[in-house]
Amino acid sequence: MKLEYIVGIIAILFIFQFFYGVAIHPDAEYGGADGEAENVITAIDPTYEAWDPGLPTFEPQSGEIESLLFALQAAFGAIIIGYFFGYYRGKNQVNKQ
Amino acid sequence: MHIFEGFLPSPWWQLWFVFSIPIILYGMYKLNKLVSAKREVVPLLAVAGAFIFVLSSLKLPSVTGSCSHPTGTGMAAVLFGPSITAVLGVIVLIYQALFLAHGGISTLGANVASMGIVGPVVAYAFYKAASKANMNFYLNIFLATAIADWVTYVTTSIQLSLAFPTGGALTVSGFLTSFYAFAMVFATTQVPLAIMEGALTALIMKYVVEVKSDVLVNLEVLSTEAVNKLKGALA
Repeated sequence: MKLEYIVGIIAILFIFQFFYGVAIHPDAEYGGADGEAENVITAIDPTYEAWDPGLPTFEPQSGEIESLLFALQAAFGAIIIGYFFGYYRGKNQVNKQ
Repeated sequence: MHIFEGFLPSPWWQLWFVFSIPIILYGMYKLNKLVSAKREVVPLLAVAGAFIFVLSSLKLPSVTGSCSHPTGTGMAAVLFGPSITAVLGVIVLIYQALFLAHGGISTLGANVASMGIVGPVVAYAFYKAASKANMNFYLNIFLATAIADWVTYVTTSIQLSLAFPTGGALTVSGFLTSFYAFAMVFATTQVPLAIMEGALTALIMKYVVEVKSDVLVNLEVLSTEAVNKLKGALA
């Protein structure tokens, strides 16, 4: 079977598991798993407080800005991947002629 | 797998830096050597780095009602080996720590150790062993990538349990109880994610074989015969 079909089926199953998750946890907040690990830390050691290394840090001012930065990250990566694949594909075609 | 800024107490964050820094330096040395010896691999290196960049920015929802992201390090590990992957991982992690407040500078050592080093090392070892055993190339990539993803999160769980053993003192049972708690958080989210990531990486590798197979031979990822066989299957 073509690999594309297999990946397509896996992607459909993946989407399905998301909707299944929504169905069985209708009130779930869909936060990050990293944040949940934080809750486990608090459960194990309620007195622990994150220490501040004193470095100047930048925190996105809102969820919107954060998603912008994530989108930029994905877009830059995707441009690089698409550019080189397109470049090689074109080069191969020219070489074949 | 991001351990947030300040969430690793002393001495753990220092210890993970001690663990990671020599490997990163070795990776930079290898990277320099590779780039000057084999100029033609640079675009593929950029693609592998971009792949980590894209995948680690995708926060995907999972069945348990939490989101997490793939690591994307499997492909770089198979192509360039784990030490170069560690360098690529550092770049992505620094970006996320500085601009997104995901992860942190103090926990960078620990995050690089899990995502950039331990996961890729296991993926690389798996890939090499499985290709010796003549496993189908794409299945091999799929499994190596999924394993890299899982191992990354297992490593994070180990790092957190070492720093936060149940009961306060680091005992075997305290470690195991904590490990179970952390691993449960990640396992349910990461199992479907890793499968998706593995499938995607296998597909990307198929396109690499299609358009630039000579680099794969050059990097000793595949032998010439193996490439010809795969290309024959494509035609």
